Amino acid sequence: MSVRHALLALLTEGPKYGLQLRQEFEARTGDVWPLNVGQVYTTLQRLEREGHAESDDAERDGVQKRFRITEGGAAELDRWLRTPPGTVPPPRDELVMKVQVAVRLPGVDVRDILQTHRRQFVEEMQRYTTLKAEASPDDIGLGLVVDAELFRLEAVVRWLDAADARLLRQPLQPPQVPAPSAAAAAGRATKTPRRRVGARR
Amino acid sequence: MTAVLSMRKVSKVYGSGAAAVTALRQVDLDVEVGELVAIMGPSGSGKSTLLTIAGSLEEATEGKVRVCDADVSDLSADAQARLRRRSIGFVFQDLNLLAGLSAAENVALPLELDGIGSRAARARAMGVLEELGLADREGAYPDDMSGGERQRVAIARAVVGDRRLLLADEPTGALDSANGESVMRMLRSACKRGLAGVMVTHDSQLAAWADRVVFLRDGRVVDQTAPSPGPEALLTRDATR
Repeated sequence: MSVRHALLALLTEGPKYGLQLRQEFEARTGDVWPLNVGQVYTTLQRLEREGHAESDDAERDGVQKRFRITEGGAAELDRWLRTPPGTVPPPRDELVMKVQVAVRLPGVDVRDILQTHRRQFVEEMQRYTTLKAEASPDDIGLGLVVDAELFRLEAVVRWLDAADARLLRQPLQPPQVPAPSAAAAAGRATKTPRRRVGARR
Repeated sequence: MTAVLSMRKVSKVYGSGAAAVTALRQVDLDVEVGELVAIMGPSGSGKSTLLTIAGSLEEATEGKVRVCDADVSDLSADAQARLRRRSIGFVFQDLNLLAGLSAAENVALPLELDGIGSRAARARAMGVLEELGLADREGAYPDDMSGGERQRVAIARAVVGDRRLLLADEPTGALDSANGESVMRMLRSACKRGLAGVMVTHDSQLAAWADRVVFLRDGRVVDQTAPSPGPEALLTRDATR
């Protein structure tokens, strides 16, 4: 989530103080993403350095600075709005890794591990759904944030279901440890083609 | 305890001998007034069988099923039919409404079938449509309604009268997410008003509307969600994940 761009968007409505920006940010994201005030000021300083925002020149003691968006800031906001966020998956998804490890561990019931995760993800979805059910239908900020979380969690649950079905179709054989080959013993690299899935950052 | 539905060690076997298929194994389930329970599980895990047995549409091979304090296996076929008409409402994925009847007539139908005069039945149907925010659609015919409206009228029909148990099998069917959500909101509020609800689904987003989610695998209850600590638990998380 880009706090920087969210603040720029709030500044398009007119000049605002730091504390005001923090309050408005939280209100518009349905209070799901609290923001600390230090983070707001560091972000505003960065926007100023980049020339995307400017503040009142004459800063007097005890008076809060007001920030306004520059032309460059408006152009940056427009560019950000039209650019899809990176869809590159994280280099190592912990859950995928955990299940990969579990299928090879003797004495571990992988389907049980999948179910434990499924239950906890569904419990989290229940909490988000209750939040949505109890909120006013006019609270669009909250609705958008909660839907995004629900779809993200649903995707994980669907992956768990697919993993479950895959394991049911092809129960894993205990891993076979290959005997060291003459080539390996001689210290030569074996040329097994390696598949790369996803990005390694 | 105010369990409207109570299942104890319920098993269901189809066929016999070498061809026997066990659909449910020793299932225990209680659903109380005001509670909506979702049953999740992969295809073939026994979800729909559980629902048909809870609704006395099929008999359990073993175990006890109690609906509204009556042991279903003690009831005659007639008494079971009366229990279904008066106390149990069903909502299925589709084919819920009769095309030749308006929304109000569809909702009044189960009451009329149960011997209530058509004027009284109509008045109670209107009451439910109003409660569920559908009063302006009373005269609409199913063909003139959207998919979401048809499902909401079907829920109104399932809860009209003195129904105590609401049974739903994939109630949002092929609806888009906005319509699916409005159907789930209605189902949830219908239960809060004094029914016990059981909904079968494979969709985690729908199941998340329930107070409790029960997981079936190979005909067995393998897990269920803990009572929710409430949405406040979500608000303390780090903002910049």
